[in-house]
Amino acid sequence: MTTNQAMITIAIISLVTFCVRGLPFVLFPGHKPTPPYILYLGRALPYATIGMLVVYCLKSAAPLQPPHALPEILAVAIIVALQWWKRNSLLSIGCGTVVYMLLIQLVFG
Amino acid sequence: MPYLKTLKSAFPYTIPVMTGYLFLGTAFGILLESKGYSFAWAAIMSVFIYAGSMQFVAVELLSAAFNPLYAAFITLMVNARHIFYGFSMLDKFRGVGAKKPYLIHSLTDETFTLLCTAEPPEGAVPKRFYLCISVLDHLYWITGSVVGGALGAAFTFDTRGIDFVMTALFVSIFTEQFRNVRNRIPALIGLGGSVICLLVFGPQNFLLPSMTLLVAILTVFRRPLEGVMNQ
Repeated sequence: MTTNQAMITIAIISLVTFCVRGLPFVLFPGHKPTPPYILYLGRALPYATIGMLVVYCLKSAAPLQPPHALPEILAVAIIVALQWWKRNSLLSIGCGTVVYMLLIQLVFG
Repeated sequence: MPYLKTLKSAFPYTIPVMTGYLFLGTAFGILLESKGYSFAWAAIMSVFIYAGSMQFVAVELLSAAFNPLYAAFITLMVNARHIFYGFSMLDKFRGVGAKKPYLIHSLTDETFTLLCTAEPPEGAVPKRFYLCISVLDHLYWITGSVVGGALGAAFTFDTRGIDFVMTALFVSIFTEQFRNVRNRIPALIGLGGSVICLLVFGPQNFLLPSMTLLVAILTVFRRPLEGVMNQ
């Protein structure tokens, strides 16, 4: 691939990405009132989407093969427990990530 | 509130994303460099594309034969979930003026999640607060990419598993939101619907069906759900 072709490819990817992100704003511009159905979706989607993102991040976890997703299960359990108890995101995220890294590097690696 | 103070109040929210983006961005920069594209290319991609998973796919595209139509199509497939983000930001971004195109451009998974959950402090102008979060996240990503592309594989300490920090971010925010009874059902719909689609369609193909299923369920059960959410 030549330099120009690479530039064009990057430009295409950038443009499509921006259009996808901007589509709702084009469909429902700010100067007109947003339809109630769209407002409702806008309110409900974040909670559903974050659930979907959790699954997306964990999609490669394989419970049926060793190590049976134990690092993921343990790390997620720690994050949920810490967050529920202490309500400190940085604490939960930090501890969960460190635990996961230790598990896959030292225990199951 | 002066801009600097707004920036300082936004920064703590972005710390998890900073950790994730610096490391993931570095991984991207390293990978891209290994295919013959220097850190300048990494910078350009991180500035203009600014989509983690898509940028990794783009490395493969750039290593293959020129195929603009395929590139457009695959971008649409990989980034489709970003459509959801705009719907939830329609009100937040109303009246932000010149900031809007950039705020839209910088709507990544992580920035979206932070914008949904971070509260601007008393006295801060909300749109400045959102801009600070978005810009900070973007800078972390660009920095990581450039560092990775410039230094290559010269890292010695074992960073295996560091990308779990993104999973950790979403899990902690999901948990926090779950505390509020009003949000539980949409959250469970998202979680459950996605798991079902993951089992049926497999890891590579489950996002689009998930999105469809989620919107379908939220639409069909709109009346009761609105009742619950409005309590």
